[in-house]
Amino acid sequence: MRALARKVLSGTHFWQGNEACAEAALAAGCRFYAGYPITPASEIAEHMALRLPQVGGLAVQMEDEMASLGAVIGASWAGVKAMTATSGPGFSLMQEMIGYAFMTETPCVVVDVQRAGPCTGQATKVGQGDVMQARWGIHGDYAPIALAPNSVQELFDLTVRAFNLAEAFRTPVVVLSDEIVSHMHESLTLPAMDQIEVVDRKKPKAGDSKFFMLPDVAPMPSVGEGFNVAVTGSTHDESGRRFTADQAVHQRLVKTLTDKVMNNVEKIVDFEAYNVGNCDVGVVSFGCTSRAVYETVELAEQKGVKVGFVRPKTVWPLPEKAVREMAGTAKKIVVPELNMRELYYEVERVVSGAAPVVSVNKVGGGEMITPEELLAEVLRSVK
Amino acid sequence: MATAEPFSMKRYLRPDLALPFCVGCGCVNVMSSFLRAAHELGHKDLSKFVFCSGIGCSAWIPSPYIMGDSLHVLHGRSIPVALGVKLTRPDLNVVVFGGDGDIAGIGLSHLIHAARRNLDIVVIMVNNMIYGMTGGQVAPTTPYGIKTTTTPYGNFEYPLDATRLVVSAGASYAARWTTAHGEELTQAVKKAITIKGFAFIEAVSPCPTACGRRMGFREVADMLRWFKDNSISLEQASEMDEKTLVGKIVTGEYVHREKPTLTDNIYRVVKEAQKSAAG
Repeated sequence: MRALARKVLSGTHFWQGNEACAEAALAAGCRFYAGYPITPASEIAEHMALRLPQVGGLAVQMEDEMASLGAVIGASWAGVKAMTATSGPGFSLMQEMIGYAFMTETPCVVVDVQRAGPCTGQATKVGQGDVMQARWGIHGDYAPIALAPNSVQELFDLTVRAFNLAEAFRTPVVVLSDEIVSHMHESLTLPAMDQIEVVDRKKPKAGDSKFFMLPDVAPMPSVGEGFNVAVTGSTHDESGRRFTADQAVHQRLVKTLTDKVMNNVEKIVDFEAYNVGNCDVGVVSFGCTSRAVYETVELAEQKGVKVGFVRPKTVWPLPEKAVREMAGTAKKIVVPELNMRELYYEVERVVSGAAPVVSVNKVGGGEMITPEELLAEVLRSVK
Repeated sequence: MATAEPFSMKRYLRPDLALPFCVGCGCVNVMSSFLRAAHELGHKDLSKFVFCSGIGCSAWIPSPYIMGDSLHVLHGRSIPVALGVKLTRPDLNVVVFGGDGDIAGIGLSHLIHAARRNLDIVVIMVNNMIYGMTGGQVAPTTPYGIKTTTTPYGNFEYPLDATRLVVSAGASYAARWTTAHGEELTQAVKKAITIKGFAFIEAVSPCPTACGRRMGFREVADMLRWFKDNSISLEQASEMDEKTLVGKIVTGEYVHREKPTLTDNIYRVVKEAQKSAAG
C-alpha cells in the first residue's frame, strides 16, 4: 500500500494506455483533473480520481466538457498544472475553451482519445479523424501543438512532454491518442522521479505588469498573488487590458500567439524517421496506424523495395523538413490513416509536387490498416 | 469589523479606466452594492477575492474595472472556471458576476450543478430580463408578452425563476432584490460573502437602452419605480395564488442554510486517500 502514496510509480509495469497517460500526468506534476465520462477516454478520469487524491491532488467530474476544460483553466490560473481527457464528441465541445486557453496563454493539457466519427459514430472503435480538428477546431487563427503516441510507453512519455510544452509556451497542448493506443496493454518503464524532466511556468517578479503576449513567453502570475491580473479572451495588450476595436493591437496579439509556437517549431517538433534520405517509397504515418509500418518495411525489403518513413510524434507542428527530405528521394509518398484523408492533405502541401502522394484509408469497425494492405500500396507502380 | 473610513468606490477600481455602462444601467448599482459590502466587511482592498465573469454587460462589472484578479471567460462558463479557482485556492473568496443570459441561459446547467455541489462561491446574477449587449433580444427571464427584437409580436414563452431553481438544487444562500433596493442588496451581498457554501443573489436590474424603452418606460426612474411597485416580499407572496403572482418580483431571502461545502468534502476525501495510501 505504501507505494501508492508515491507521485511516480518508477519501475516496469504492464499497463493500459489510459493508465499510463494518467500516471504520466502525475509524474509531470499535474494536481487537478476535471473531466466528463466518454468512451474510450473514461479510464483516464477513473485513474485520476483514484490516484490524484493519494498525492494531494483533486479530481472532479463536471457536468459537461465545456465545464471540464473551464475548471482546468481556472485551476491553472490558480497555480496548478491541470488536465482533462475526452474523445471526439467532447473534443468538439471543448474547442471554444481551447481557443480561450490559447488566447489567454493558459497552460493546460487536453487528451483526445480518438474514436470513429463523425458525430457519435462508433464510440468503442478506433479512428484518427480528429487530426484537422486538432489543427483548426477553434475559430480564428491558431498555432496548435498536438502529440501523437503510438505505444503505451510513448503515451506516458508524450503526456509528460505535453505538460512541459504547455508550461514552457503557456498554451494548450493536445495529446492526440486513439482507442487502440489508449486501450491496449503493454509493458512500460517509468523512470525514477529525478530522471523525469519537468518544466514549470515562468513566474513574474514583484512589480512586473506585463503578463501576456511577450515574444519569449510572458511570466504567468496566479490569482491571489497580488498582481491584480485581468485575464480576458477578448483582444488585450501585454497588461491584459481589453482592446476590442484597435486593429494594430489585435494583429500584434494574434501574431505573437501564433509566432510563439511557429518560431519554435525546431524545439517542438518530434518524430521517428527511417531511411528518409534513401528510399524508393516513403510512408508518413502516426498513432496506432504507424505500428503496421515496421512490418511493411521488412516485407517490402524482402521484395527489394526500400521503404522509408517519417512517424510524427508531433502531428502539429508536423516534421515538415523530414517529410520534404524523404520526398526528395522517394518515388511516391504513402499516407495511411484511419480517416478519409486528413494528414494526407498536409503531406501533399509539404511535399509540394516533389513526389506523388497517395493515401490508404479505412474507417470504422475497429479495423486497422494491415501491413499487407499497406505493402500492396507501397509496391503498386513501383515494381 | 467595520472600518471607520467612509466608503469610496474609487478605492477598489483601477484608476485610469472609465466605466463602460449606459446612463441608468443597473450594473453600476450592483457594482456599488458589492464594493460597499466588501468595505463594510472590512476589506481595504480586494486581494482576498477572485472575480470570474462570462459575456454580457454585467460581466464587465469586475473586468477589468475592479482592482483585483479577474478571469473574464467565455459566454456561460464563468461558474466552472470559478470552480477550478476555488478548489485550488479555498482561502480566496471567488465571486461570479453575470447576466441572466449568461447564468440562466447558456450557462444554466453550471448554475444548477454549482448549487447541487454546494460550491462555496458567490454568484451575482444581474437580471435585466433581456440580452442587452447584443441589442435587446428575448432572454429566458423576459416576462411573457414583452416585445423584444426577436419577439416583435411579444414574448410567447414564460420566464425562468432562477432563484427558486437554485434553492431546490441545494444552494446554501439565495436572495432576490432589485437595484431599487440598494441597502437590502448590499446586506445580502455581505451575507453571501460570509456564509459557507453556494450563495446566489439575483439583482433585478434596469437596462434602459435595450429593455426599458421597449417595455414602455420613458425614464430610468420609471422603471425603478415599477421595480418597487411591482416587488412583493416572500411573506406577501406566500399568501397569494399563482395567478396573482404572475409578473411580480418576489424579493427577499429565499434560503439560508449551511452544510458542508464542495471544498470541505473534496479535501476530506484527499486527506483520507493520502492516509490510506501511506498505509
